[in-house]
Amino acid sequence: MTLIVDHLRIQHGTITAIDDLSFAIEPGELVTIIGSNGAGKTTLLRALSGLIPTASGSASWKGQSILGRRAEDLVRSGIVHVSEGKAVIPELTVAENLELGGIWRKDKTDIALATSEVLDLFPRLGERMKQGADTLSGGERQMLAIGRAMIARPDLLLLDEPSLGLAPLVIEQIFSAIDALRQRLGLTVVLVEQNAISALGIADRGIIINLGKFVTSGSSASLMSDPTLRAAYLGF
Amino acid sequence: MKRKSPATRFLISLGVGAFLLIASGHVDELRAYQGAQVAIYAIAIASIVLLTGYSGQISLGHGALMAVGGYAAVIAQIHWHLPYPLTFLIGGIAGALAGYVLGIAAARLRGPYLAGTTLALAVGLPSLANQFHILGGEQGLQFDVGTAPTWVGKDFTQYRWFFWVAVVMALAIFWLLRNLLSTRYGRRWRAVRANPTAAALTGIDIAKAKVLAFTLSSAVAGLSGALFAMLLGLVAPLAFTLTLSFTLVTGAVLAGVSNLGGSIIGAIVLVAIPELSNAVATHLGGSDRVTANLPGVVTSVLLIVTVLLAPNGPKIPRRHK
Amino acid sequence: MTTFFNTILVGISSGSIYALMSLSLVLVWRSTRVVNFAAAGQAVLSTYLGYEAMSRLHNYWLSLPIAVIAGALISAIVESFVMRPLAKRSKGSPVESIAPVIATLGILGLIRGIAGLVWGNTFLQYTSPLSSKGFMIGHTTIPFSPLNAAIVIGAAIVLAFFAAIFRFTRLGLALRAASFQPEISRLSGIRVDRIRTIGWAFAGAAGALAGALVTPTTYLSPNSLDLLLVSGFVAAVIGGLESLIGAVVGGLVLGVGFAFILQYIGSEVTFSAAFIILIIVLFIRPQGIFGRGGSREA
Repeated sequence: MTLIVDHLRIQHGTITAIDDLSFAIEPGELVTIIGSNGAGKTTLLRALSGLIPTASGSASWKGQSILGRRAEDLVRSGIVHVSEGKAVIPELTVAENLELGGIWRKDKTDIALATSEVLDLFPRLGERMKQGADTLSGGERQMLAIGRAMIARPDLLLLDEPSLGLAPLVIEQIFSAIDALRQRLGLTVVLVEQNAISALGIADRGIIINLGKFVTSGSSASLMSDPTLRAAYLGF
Repeated sequence: MKRKSPATRFLISLGVGAFLLIASGHVDELRAYQGAQVAIYAIAIASIVLLTGYSGQISLGHGALMAVGGYAAVIAQIHWHLPYPLTFLIGGIAGALAGYVLGIAAARLRGPYLAGTTLALAVGLPSLANQFHILGGEQGLQFDVGTAPTWVGKDFTQYRWFFWVAVVMALAIFWLLRNLLSTRYGRRWRAVRANPTAAALTGIDIAKAKVLAFTLSSAVAGLSGALFAMLLGLVAPLAFTLTLSFTLVTGAVLAGVSNLGGSIIGAIVLVAIPELSNAVATHLGGSDRVTANLPGVVTSVLLIVTVLLAPNGPKIPRRHK
Repeated sequence: MTTFFNTILVGISSGSIYALMSLSLVLVWRSTRVVNFAAAGQAVLSTYLGYEAMSRLHNYWLSLPIAVIAGALISAIVESFVMRPLAKRSKGSPVESIAPVIATLGILGLIRGIAGLVWGNTFLQYTSPLSSKGFMIGHTTIPFSPLNAAIVIGAAIVLAFFAAIFRFTRLGLALRAASFQPEISRLSGIRVDRIRTIGWAFAGAAGALAGALVTPTTYLSPNSLDLLLVSGFVAAVIGGLESLIGAVVGGLVLGVGFAFILQYIGSEVTFSAAFIILIIVLFIRPQGIFGRGGSREA
């Protein structure tokens, strides 16, 4: 019951976006992957969720390889990716965006249950169910994107920069919601962030990558207390 | 390929021309007719290559622009009594004017919208001819270029003469276009095609470049329309159908849409396919049905296969950089 | 005044046909961002199959669903075997928006050629049992016939069916989501490739119905539906190309507009008028009546 990434390499044409990256994440862990713009964080998540192909190396979840499988099928085996930039469909209503999360699932009772859980967690969505998603604020859109993912009942949640472009107060709300979700449901979460301070605040561990390469990893507390790392990668 | 100077290109054209013209004395009328057809198609396809290959716009309506050129040439002959070489010029100018107006609309549209709009033009414009008495209605108008002048020699057949005229015009057009494309205009168009955003950032007025490309392309199409009218001896709505427009696009794609020289190959293929499939049809027992439809099937299959195998077209020419 | 209303009735009948063809184009546009110029060919082929069915079953009403199902299948085949591989190959290249246009032209030519080989280039009659003689109101015959009525009703049923699917079913939601945001859709577990094929199949069905309904009023030949394609495109542009309601309203507006031109100016100008209407719409309101803002860059 682990996510294992082993010697993974990803090419963008001639550029190596991820270079010989290895790490493992235990079930129920919340691990944040930190790195500056262009470090390869988004590329890594997109490969893990089946959106882009990899060049070499392996990646497995619960003992099964996840490479070479299509994104739409990985969702069905519990790997759900909330992509960068408030991943909602603005042309659809809030209710329809949520419905998308469970669109492939047969168990309608559980979909209804999951939806009500999401609405408990993000009451503001409940007030706006009939509105177009384009009328939502940035924070509400991020809540909607995470809410949609939760309705798929994921085991492994891949979150790409949920804090991007949000006000500090809203970031705090979103991060505490993520924390609450994994506490309650025992989710395994991979959280990609530039906002290292907020991410390490809720994560068990952090992995720092730079220019596609592994730099270091460690518990949130140890990373935050290392002055060299703070100056070089964490930006605070 | 090395970059050639305008003078070298001129000499090459002259050589090719002389060879073709001498060769034309040794073939029968059908081959001379087909040769003229190749030359005229080559010009028309070059107009599409200029547009699509060099400025990234698409037109399914160049048949209609050929009609504009053809009608203009014929009217210039009937009403202004111009000598026919000048009527070709009028055809080109009329094409340019129509193309300018259309180009302004086209510069605002991309891909599918432009395709659909030019498609509507191809369908709508020829039918206009039915409404104006001056355009001769369904029957169209006669276009009489006359027989070959005596100085080219005696026993000069009609189609051999048409072949001469078409070849000379084609070589002149190709020489002009080739030189034009190595100027800054050519470079601008290629920049617009490859990456409009980057082109705009370097200070190229994209809309202006596109309108100019459309105008020039239409001028070439208009001229080829006038030559087409010469070969047919008339202009009529049925001569400039939607199928003609599609045929030109097909020729351009088969030619490799970003290669001017390829237009000639495209033209040869377009003329050869009906010929070859006729042979096949006759061999198969030759019902009218097969004869009438086999060329269309073959061309379409070629078109689909070409697009599937090389959707990007052959590489954009680099030698003008 | 009577003429005025009659003209509107006639316009609604032909407008229903345009609406179906326009819907066919919009469905394809929404699912794969391609204007399907092969739609005319696909509809002609399905209508020929309807014609074949009728010559065996001797029943127009049975041949109609056969033509529609055939149209859906043809369209799905075109998408799976030509358009999808092409989209994967041309992705990100400068010709990404041009290559599919050319491919659809190739398919149009191929289908026309095949239809010509099989059925010849002569005009065939695919007749419906309904009279094309106008209804009588009092002692005057109006130009609206039972056949016209069937066209309007048939189109309305199909449009309502599509509306219900898009509005109320998971399939409809998947179709809409995949057309707006394919990547988010995939990440939500939607099999986008399959959904696109279904979108094309629906489009093929709509086009096939347009062909099978309009052909009894004219004749059937390999290119008898080319003009319908142009009308459908103009209608789709009027409606904004994105919107299903827009496609229908665009078709009706164009149908009524044509009917008035026919009544008060003459039949010859209709297709020149189509072109002029298209240019005017593109200049004045490039996003169409129902389109959202933004330019027509696709």
